[in-house]
Amino acid sequence: MAIFGLWVINKAGGLVYQRSFADGLAQLTSNEYLVLAGTLHGIHAITSRLSPIPGQSSGAQVIESETFKINVLLTLTGTKFILLTSPAEPASSIDILLQKIYTIYAEKVMQNPFHTPEMPIRSEAFDVSLGALIG
Amino acid sequence: MNSSISPTTSSARFSLPSKPPAGPKPNIYERNLNKIRVAEVSAASLSFLFSEVVQYTQKRVSGINDLERRLNTLGYRVGTRVLELTAYRAESSSKAPKREIRLLPTLMAIHTQVWRAVYGKPADAIEKSVENVDEYMIIDNDPLIERHISVPRDLSGLSCSSFSAGIVEAVLDGLGFPARVTAHHTPTTTHPTRTTILIKLEKSVLDREDVLK
Repeated sequence: MAIFGLWVINKAGGLVYQRSFADGLAQLTSNEYLVLAGTLHGIHAITSRLSPIPGQSSGAQVIESETFKINVLLTLTGTKFILLTSPAEPASSIDILLQKIYTIYAEKVMQNPFHTPEMPIRSEAFDVSLGALIG
Repeated sequence: MNSSISPTTSSARFSLPSKPPAGPKPNIYERNLNKIRVAEVSAASLSFLFSEVVQYTQKRVSGINDLERRLNTLGYRVGTRVLELTAYRAESSSKAPKREIRLLPTLMAIHTQVWRAVYGKPADAIEKSVENVDEYMIIDNDPLIERHISVPRDLSGLSCSSFSAGIVEAVLDGLGFPARVTAHHTPTTTHPTRTTILIKLEKSVLDREDVLK
């Protein structure tokens, strides 16, 4: 059971925040992270159109592999929170965690006058609060 | 007629409430000024509003000093109204309302009553400078308006609590204690957003205090 990392992807598919919490996944360069985030954004857009009822799907929520799991929280504004965890992590606790991360984002990023929407997140308070939540 | 705009096909999420709320809500000028319990606003909306205030101000200035001065001016306009409101409330709630004329009770009133009226809790400490006799400090360990603000490195030294400093300056001015009030970020390990409001009184105030002694 481990939380490997968190990404925040803006509505255009750009990676605005990336942080690793535990070892276990390969370390990538920042450019590789950007490419992966963009790819995931594209996959998510496709999956959201695969639903038989048009406009009803929120897109992929979990992508599982043998060694890790990608959990996606899509917000109403189009921002995506991606949590990389071990496969054993229960879905219920991940949902709660993603909602808590969203709350911290709403407070520490959106209520910070020095943040520009859709731009990379550079907020000390966001880092500190996330550290306190996930460690 | 276009059928898609008829009420039967519109999505429930966007439709208007079928029935207007019972009774007209009194407009803001007709509400009771003494009801403070129901007059509280959500901290999140205050945060968003203050965030916009800072962004608006930042677009119109060219430096940290200028930004702090503009925030101070905005706070001053709030402070004059806060003084009027707290005086009005004190008058109707206590049997012997009084106007503070001495320095220390005035500072205590700012620390307690004004802070409670504006931020919902008293400030954390009040101190007297050991170096200068004309300087006093009001300390807030976790200022409400700065709770979610992370000042970027290129603006380090900026304290958005200049707004609170403006409020304090207005109240002091209104009570006849002209002073220059500034805000300074003084973090400690337990309170990373701790802020000191520095009050530098004019000489005339200290002279008068000496006479009243």
